[in-house]
Amino acid sequence: MENLKRTSLYDKHVKLGARNVGFCGWDMPVQYEGVIKEHHACRNDVALFDISHMGEFYFKGDIANSGVNLATTTDFVKLPIGKCKYGFMLNKDGGTIDDLIVYKLSEDELMFVVNAARIDVDFAQIKSHIKSGTFENRSDITSKIDLQGPNSKKMLQPLVSFDLDELSFFGFKQTTLLGKPAIVSRTGYTGELGYELYIDNETAPLLWDKLIDDGATPAGLGARDVLRLEKGYSLYGHELSEEISPLEASIGFFIQYSSDFTGREAIEKQKEQGIKRAVIPFVTKSKRSPRNGFEVFQNGQKIGYVTSGTYSPCLDEGIGLALVDTTLYDDSKEIEIKLQRGSMPGYKATLPFYK
Amino acid sequence: MKRYSNEHEWASLEGDIATFGLSSYAVEQLGDITFLELPEVGQDSVKGESIAFIESVKAASDIYAPMSGEVIEVNEELNDAPEKLNEDANGTWILKVKVSDASELDELMDESAYKAFLETL
Repeated sequence: MENLKRTSLYDKHVKLGARNVGFCGWDMPVQYEGVIKEHHACRNDVALFDISHMGEFYFKGDIANSGVNLATTTDFVKLPIGKCKYGFMLNKDGGTIDDLIVYKLSEDELMFVVNAARIDVDFAQIKSHIKSGTFENRSDITSKIDLQGPNSKKMLQPLVSFDLDELSFFGFKQTTLLGKPAIVSRTGYTGELGYELYIDNETAPLLWDKLIDDGATPAGLGARDVLRLEKGYSLYGHELSEEISPLEASIGFFIQYSSDFTGREAIEKQKEQGIKRAVIPFVTKSKRSPRNGFEVFQNGQKIGYVTSGTYSPCLDEGIGLALVDTTLYDDSKEIEIKLQRGSMPGYKATLPFYK
Repeated sequence: MKRYSNEHEWASLEGDIATFGLSSYAVEQLGDITFLELPEVGQDSVKGESIAFIESVKAASDIYAPMSGEVIEVNEELNDAPEKLNEDANGTWILKVKVSDASELDELMDESAYKAFLETL
């Protein structure tokens, strides 16, 4: 695993006996004691994730007039201070350069949180829109720890000086943790009550240890992927890519049309003409799991492929998302998923898989 | 006494009946096991060829026959509780085969050779 980048928490993962994998150029823990155990900790108690590989960019300047507001599908002028919003950065064809969350820190400050594999591409893309103000990539000096689960609030409350109930979903606060500047955000990728904590690399290991000591279960990217898929959340590189628009990923409702943005013309054309492909959810009604890349058939004809799939511990069955050709797909019928050996049926489902 | 293949299956032989399982290393690599596709009784077991299929939350893999013969029994219990393999890989058998050539066992690694093999991975 040479040449892989390490987060500020790498030594912690090694000590905890994590099994690490190369992920988007980073040496990241895929699991500690087991995906199912970590998944249960998040659904029933509280789990801790190192998400420091993700990127953080800061903009300071005139939000309405600098060009920055054209970079993504979110209208930063409309976004209230203290709130963040999920959105997309699109190419001219409406394909997705990345999905991201943008924080409105003040009247003239934004923080962009982007996928690890897209940091360089995204930074260049946003920068190309900006004609004034400052724009800085602080990914290498910022750690991100996600504390997720029904008991996360109880655990985090003693560490902050404000009432966590003040934070609504997608609300955040610039505050301190262990005496150091931090952002506490009421967000996450698990569908549980939870917080995303942004802090400097030096303090992150201390915060990690504190939360472990307080009883949080460390959880890896394996559990994180199962948790997000049970909620039907998209993962960049799977449901979204430069070739797949948010409309095709069936999450077009996150796009804000109150301001202009790159890719808008293509998206509006797709809306007008109708999309030719769409991401659909399905379940297997068996313990067999679909996997990314498996081909999907109907009436003996290939209609698409599985973008994400896993076994769901909550549902005790296989769940998946597939990108299918809407002109061929008959939603009144089962789909057939081709396996390494044989095939299995997939049954229409609605999101989230786990409610 | 267990012998191991380089695909991480184990076999133990009593008379001409071999019992197959997965090494704890294999099970650890797979993680939480969720599904096992077992062969039919009477099916041929061909050394080195896929005899069963296993899925975990995050992975899927063939199980390769460490010895040739005919399947005489499968561990049906694993259909409902594949996680037994996670709990005790060495103590959990997957299938039994009436072997056609007992000397195939000698081609498999003993405990210490398998341990040394794992070091090279």
